[in-house]
Amino acid sequence: MRHSTGYIFLFAGAICIICAIVVCLSEVSLSALHENNARFDKQKNVLYAAGLARPGENLSSEDVRLRFERVRAIAIHVEDGEPAPGIDPDLYDARKAAVDPKAGRSAPPNASAIKRMARHAVIYHILENSGEVGMIVLPIEGYGLWGTLYGFLALDADAKTVLGLTYYQHKETPGLGGEVDNPDWKALWPGRVAFDGGGEVAIEVIKGHAGPPVNDPHRVDGLSGATITSRGVTNMLHFWLGENGFGPYLKKFRGDQS
Amino acid sequence: MPADAKKVLLDPLIDNNPIALQVLGICSALAVTTKMDTALVMCGAVIFVLMASNVAISFLRDYIPTNIRIIVQLTIIASLVIVADQFLKAYVYDISKQLSVFVGLIITNCIIMGRAEAYAMQNDVGSSLLDAIGNGFGYSLILMATALLRELFGAGKIYGQVIFPTVNEGGWYYPNGIIVSSAGAFFIIGLFIWLIRTIRPDQIEEQELG
Repeated sequence: MRHSTGYIFLFAGAICIICAIVVCLSEVSLSALHENNARFDKQKNVLYAAGLARPGENLSSEDVRLRFERVRAIAIHVEDGEPAPGIDPDLYDARKAAVDPKAGRSAPPNASAIKRMARHAVIYHILENSGEVGMIVLPIEGYGLWGTLYGFLALDADAKTVLGLTYYQHKETPGLGGEVDNPDWKALWPGRVAFDGGGEVAIEVIKGHAGPPVNDPHRVDGLSGATITSRGVTNMLHFWLGENGFGPYLKKFRGDQS
Repeated sequence: MPADAKKVLLDPLIDNNPIALQVLGICSALAVTTKMDTALVMCGAVIFVLMASNVAISFLRDYIPTNIRIIVQLTIIASLVIVADQFLKAYVYDISKQLSVFVGLIITNCIIMGRAEAYAMQNDVGSSLLDAIGNGFGYSLILMATALLRELFGAGKIYGQVIFPTVNEGGWYYPNGIIVSSAGAFFIIGLFIWLIRTIRPDQIEEQELG
């Protein structure tokens, strides 16, 4: 059947409008659920990074809520490490803030290909039963091979010793760089010391095998077949623990504790 | 059920399986079959998109201008895939995170456009729906069987339940690494094709004389 050109344009336009309406309706009606899921997922990842949930453990929303009672979310000003009382840590979205002209700034030159960073950050304190801070959980991000890896680094209350490293979003090759998710590799992190005696960031993912944390405190086994991802992990730890990242905050934290 | 309706529904399961005979939709069959739960969600999404797209396209078949029919089919399929992706993100967030881009890639799954172009454009809505169900389940059959073998031999589990305790978890089973890689899925799908053609020798193509 032959159709006139006018009919073809009309038909194409109508199909586009109907499809757009269907897509918009599904997006709008489900966006509240999406936000809930994303928040729940983030809280869950804080719990995994903090060791408050075992890897692979299934958590109901109730479990997450209960365990999150030991977690204090704190908004800080990244540049000087001072608290930022004007920011609501539950609602702050660092990724949105980073690209915002006011809430974000261009990042200092770095090896992690971070171009913009938020002026503020939400970090987490995990409290002991006594009410003292037992652990600090810091959000980190940086470029690997295919894209940005987003994760959390858990530090002991000395603000030096690593307790865990968890990535919750990345695009690395499954089986190679994607092994940053592997529980065996993650188990190599606890006990490593992120800073050397002089207070410089010293943690490093090496090619090959590192010794146990007691003998080889600053080095971690590389991921085999994933040199670039491994280097990306080193770079982002150096950035976020350094002067341009959470360095000022950690220095202040150590000062307050002693 | 009339005989031809039954044929439309059941043929794609074995006799005219979209993966095993037509060799369509292979990329997703490799990508999402390392675990059964991801494969199951993927099958659900594909069946939904296939049914909805076949019904919509069959319903519009007399109105779609032939010159732009492919792009119209693609627009409808793409919209349905976005809707399916939104639902997965809302209700099975963890699995949708694991499926990542592969839900979006249903758009390029040849089975869906193949059925739209080859069947729904020529047949009434009812038969197109049956055709979609048949092909959707034919796809799912191969996907789930592949996922079963890959999860069992690659991770020692069936649907997340430990069957062979692996060495990493203190058991005795050394997981087979190759079966988890995409190459492993090729081997398994190849074996399925061999099996089906042994049972149904009429599926074997005539040898081309070079």
